[in-house]
Amino acid sequence: MNRTIIAIAIAISLSACSSLGVEPWEKNQLARADMALDSEKLDLALDDHIYFSKEGSSGGRSLAGGGCGCN
Amino acid sequence: MQLKNPSNIAKALALASCALVGQSAQVQASEEKLDDWKVDAAIMYYGEEDRVQAVEAIGNVQKAFGDESLLDMKLVVDSLTGASASGAVAQAETQTFTRPSGDGQYQTAPGETPLDDTFHDTRVQASANWAETLSPVWKTNVGVNGSKEFDYFSMGLNAGIERSFNKDNTTLVLSGAYTFDTIDPVGGKPVAFSAMAVRGDYNTEEEYRTAFDLTRVEGTEDKKTMDMMLSITQVLSRRWVFQANYGLSSISGYMTDPYKILSQVDDTGTSQGYLYENRPDSRLKHSFYMMTKGALDAGVVDFSYRYSTDDWDLNSHTLETHYRYYFSGRFYGQVHLRYYQQQAANFYRPFLMADEPLPEYASADYRIGDMSSYTLGLKFGQRLSGGHEMSYRLEYYQQNPENNGTELVGQLQDQDLFPAVKAIMAQVSYSF
Repeated sequence: MNRTIIAIAIAISLSACSSLGVEPWEKNQLARADMALDSEKLDLALDDHIYFSKEGSSGGRSLAGGGCGCN
Repeated sequence: MQLKNPSNIAKALALASCALVGQSAQVQASEEKLDDWKVDAAIMYYGEEDRVQAVEAIGNVQKAFGDESLLDMKLVVDSLTGASASGAVAQAETQTFTRPSGDGQYQTAPGETPLDDTFHDTRVQASANWAETLSPVWKTNVGVNGSKEFDYFSMGLNAGIERSFNKDNTTLVLSGAYTFDTIDPVGGKPVAFSAMAVRGDYNTEEEYRTAFDLTRVEGTEDKKTMDMMLSITQVLSRRWVFQANYGLSSISGYMTDPYKILSQVDDTGTSQGYLYENRPDSRLKHSFYMMTKGALDAGVVDFSYRYSTDDWDLNSHTLETHYRYYFSGRFYGQVHLRYYQQQAANFYRPFLMADEPLPEYASADYRIGDMSSYTLGLKFGQRLSGGHEMSYRLEYYQQNPENNGTELVGQLQDQDLFPAVKAIMAQVSYSF
């Protein structure tokens, strides 16, 4: 029952996406360099490395990967 | 000088304008050539009070090939020194530990958290990623990465595919990665739950060496990680964008920390010995992440939340925000706040009781125990001429480990078994 409700909720929210959004000529603010989701790429990479090595969980924003013996 | 006829004037003008147009086209081309390259570089210092110190240099180069292709390459070099908590508990007496290599010992003063001060490493990491726009709605990317440190080697491959819908207002991304790591612990891999051999308990160096060797297994261990992520990005309005990610990560192989130990105590809380830890060899992690970012008139703001859970029962919540304000067109200030809270893995034990049977797995590593942490950060950035940018960042990070509900016996009640870890981070970045 719960799963059906969740499935319907997801379906509705996804179909709602098709009406969400703006026209291409309305994207000036969204096109700003500081609005890119990775606009502070190096800061995010350094933060991820610190938290990956100091805390028990990692990832979420991008692929968690691994690649260091620090955890 | 007399001009012969008007047609010559027209020719001369045409020639001159051609030369001008040609020149400006050349200027434009060279500007574009420069614009194709984007370099970001940063150097960071991370220092914990009385513990780990790290310096990390990072360089990222992006090169665009037309509108369709983008090459992204990153190089990271870091150097770590200092001490890290070994997992043993503080005691009212001086404690003596064997170094991971088996050569030599170190001591911890009464009331002090045992720290292994032999920790030092240099790591080099390189990665390259190629992104290709296949059509107005399809994009793809592939990447490789590798890293090497003294006792660890890692290699990975990743790929992703992206589809946009709804006039580019909705984007779906599916990505995956495979990582293969090899671990070669200093002094060999410790036998799980074997007791640390301490030189003082043996009459001769030879006897000690024989006992130490019995706690070790020769050879390397490996670990394989498979990651998958499904991401949806949605434009909400002219100023707001929303992203939701689901990540699945399956890890198999050696996840025990070869340098961590557990104290075995009697009912007075006094240490009877130290055992090398043992963790499960598989882990399945799920993460749910959502983020919204908004363009303000004089700044940018974002908020994010992550929930992470796994079959070690280590669950965590992370809340994070960045707020940037432009004091002028060229100068901005930014605040960063982060709060993290985790619930201990089911095999986390701050210590073991000597008279109780050993569990299947156990680790006293506070990083997988109950913990909360917070970050407060400030950043200032300055746009320079020619599109260059310089920024400075200073952050304070504090971890507050907590008891997971374990009853503290005897003298352990008088010790600080869950000390806070305080760190600062300073960073200078330059982009051009």
